Amino acid sequence: MKKTGKTMAVMACVGLVAGLGQAREQIRIVGSSTVYPFSSAVAEEFGATTEFPTPVVESTGSGGGHKLFSQGVGDNTPDITNSSRKMKKSEFEANVKNGVGSITEVVIGYDGIAIAHNVDNDELTLSIDDLFRAVAALVPVDGELVANPYEKWSDINPALPDTAILIYGPPTTSGTRDAFHELVMHKAAKKYKELYEPIAKKGEYQAIRDDGAYVDAGENDNLIVQKLEKESHAIGIFGYSFLEENGDRIQGAVIEGVSPEPATISSGEYPISRSLYFYVKNAHLGVIPGLKEYVDLFVSEQMIGDRGYLKRVGLVPLPADQRAEVRKNVAEAKALTAADFE
Amino acid sequence: MSREHARSGILRSRKDEEMKLLGKRHRHERRFRAYSITALLLACTFLVLFFGDMIHKGYKSMRQTFLRVEISYNEESKASPLYAVDDDLSYLVSRGRLRTIPREIKQNPRLLNTTNTEWAVASADVDQYVKGAANRLRPREKKLIDRMKEEGNVQLRFNRGFFTNGDSKLPEIAGIKAAAVGTLYVIFVTILVSFPIGVLSAVYLEEFAPDNWLTRTIEVNINNLAAIPSILFGLLGLAIFINFMGMPRSSALVGGLTLSLMTLPVIIISTRVALKAVPDSIRQGALALGASKVQAVFQQVLPQCIPGVLTGTIIGMARAMGETAPLIIVGMIAYIPEPPTTLGSAATVLPAQIFTWSSASLRAFSERTAAAILVLLAILLVLNAAAIVMRNKFEKRW
Repeated sequence: MKKTGKTMAVMACVGLVAGLGQAREQIRIVGSSTVYPFSSAVAEEFGATTEFPTPVVESTGSGGGHKLFSQGVGDNTPDITNSSRKMKKSEFEANVKNGVGSITEVVIGYDGIAIAHNVDNDELTLSIDDLFRAVAALVPVDGELVANPYEKWSDINPALPDTAILIYGPPTTSGTRDAFHELVMHKAAKKYKELYEPIAKKGEYQAIRDDGAYVDAGENDNLIVQKLEKESHAIGIFGYSFLEENGDRIQGAVIEGVSPEPATISSGEYPISRSLYFYVKNAHLGVIPGLKEYVDLFVSEQMIGDRGYLKRVGLVPLPADQRAEVRKNVAEAKALTAADFE
Repeated sequence: MSREHARSGILRSRKDEEMKLLGKRHRHERRFRAYSITALLLACTFLVLFFGDMIHKGYKSMRQTFLRVEISYNEESKASPLYAVDDDLSYLVSRGRLRTIPREIKQNPRLLNTTNTEWAVASADVDQYVKGAANRLRPREKKLIDRMKEEGNVQLRFNRGFFTNGDSKLPEIAGIKAAAVGTLYVIFVTILVSFPIGVLSAVYLEEFAPDNWLTRTIEVNINNLAAIPSILFGLLGLAIFINFMGMPRSSALVGGLTLSLMTLPVIIISTRVALKAVPDSIRQGALALGASKVQAVFQQVLPQCIPGVLTGTIIGMARAMGETAPLIIVGMIAYIPEPPTTLGSAATVLPAQIFTWSSASLRAFSERTAAAILVLLAILLVLNAAAIVMRNKFEKRW
């Protein structure tokens, strides 16, 4: 008993020592769950085709990623954070305060947000305003804000189907939800600015109804797809890549006359699309082995190009001239400045 | 006469009443039994449905499609590996196979300008098509696969890669090895830390500690800890092990320590219960023969309660093995395709692997998710069975 106790203690100590105090060999990446599939796909290619170890990619959400990233410079902070939105001014300031200093912003492509429904339904055509009226908590009726009275789509617009409104969407922690707020809610609320200004900052109203018509479906988009397959009148909100992968079960609604397709998302015609980013800590370039090579591989034509690998995973590529600019920024390690956030 | 008549009437009515009561009790009993059986049946149905669904979805992933193709090693395929096979096949053979060609040539330059016919892993879409599931192949590609099938160049084989590969974004070569090894490392740390500390705390509290308000407070708190949501242990682990002690994030060490915090109360409680069950006569006998308190406890009492201690430990380990929530917080839900080499290197665990696969957009991942769930369930089943066997084998009746 005594002997085993001693051996155990020794082994525990050895384990502790082995775990600590070693320089980091791997690239560490954190951030958005939307960018995660693309980032880990590049990480895998990087590990399989070079001599460097495969980077560790964590899916922490955009906000969580920026928080970890801005903790400072050094082995125990991430080298890259993925983000499904631009870095906020407050986040940049946190970076400056903690001495992170030079950061390069890299745009990798677009992600459309699909408003999808069962493939057997008739085509659904919605305007941003229709969508807003279907999900907002307070809606303008006759120049006044009232609690959302719409129960059926046809209540909003007689041209829409005569079925109950049931929307499965992302939870508040999701980057997709942030994008939905910005691209649908804020945009639509702007038209009724004088009504929303008193209750929301800058009239950017984003409260979503909680009477059961909008169902918070959790982070798992596969679950929403399964719901849409079973409940034909339901509508789901999620990233474009899930629509593409499940084309046999669901279809995308036409928004403002544009259906979600790579071409319309890339050109910006499809209104609910956003850019995806990652941010590189320049102080780690040349210190963490392979960091520069990873970023170069990511922005290469074989990854983010028109016929690149990430397109097959569901990323919508940037136009060619923007790709060239991204590569130039990366080559120069162009740093963000406070002026970029004005 | 009339009096007697009345009496027999009363008797009869009392008897009727008794019969009625008896009938009521019997009915009550039958009803209760029916409820119990229904509950049991319901539980069984859920279990069968769950397992049926998992097996139905998961068994397909045990087979993987292979294509017989000619791979040419030349300057062209060295620069762009998709050209190593026939143009039509570039996207039908797994990218995971083709992308290593430049490295192969680099490591073995003699390969250059040779061709080699081999069975290569097919892409996930081809695999899905061959298995009759939804896929994104174009009609022309389907025809090509059909033709290759007739020529005997398509084969479904046992999917060994599922057990020997790490995670991948390509479902056809994704496997559970890295996660399984990670789980081993994490559980190793958990046992190493929580078993000795847990057993010794329990022995002290049960055998040596004086009964005062301090020990009673500790006791209440330990019972309380066993019921705390596991995510809180993750936050504790993040604050203490990563932020304060500076241990590497996502490592098996941090994960194991965090889970051992969670397992400790389970081990302490089950050890104390086992110690309580040892009759005092054993202790008194030992003391009477001149043993010290420590000798009595470690040589007589503790060996008697090994089955209880082991059962508690194994159940605690099984719980730790299936835990995901606290590991999210310490960064173990990540893309980590290589098994860890030291306790400090990044690792992921089986439940985390299931979690990431279940939220992947590619359809082919759903069958792999089910298969990974089955593997995890099988391991847990073995552990729990071991706990029962050990309990029955070592159990002593007093």
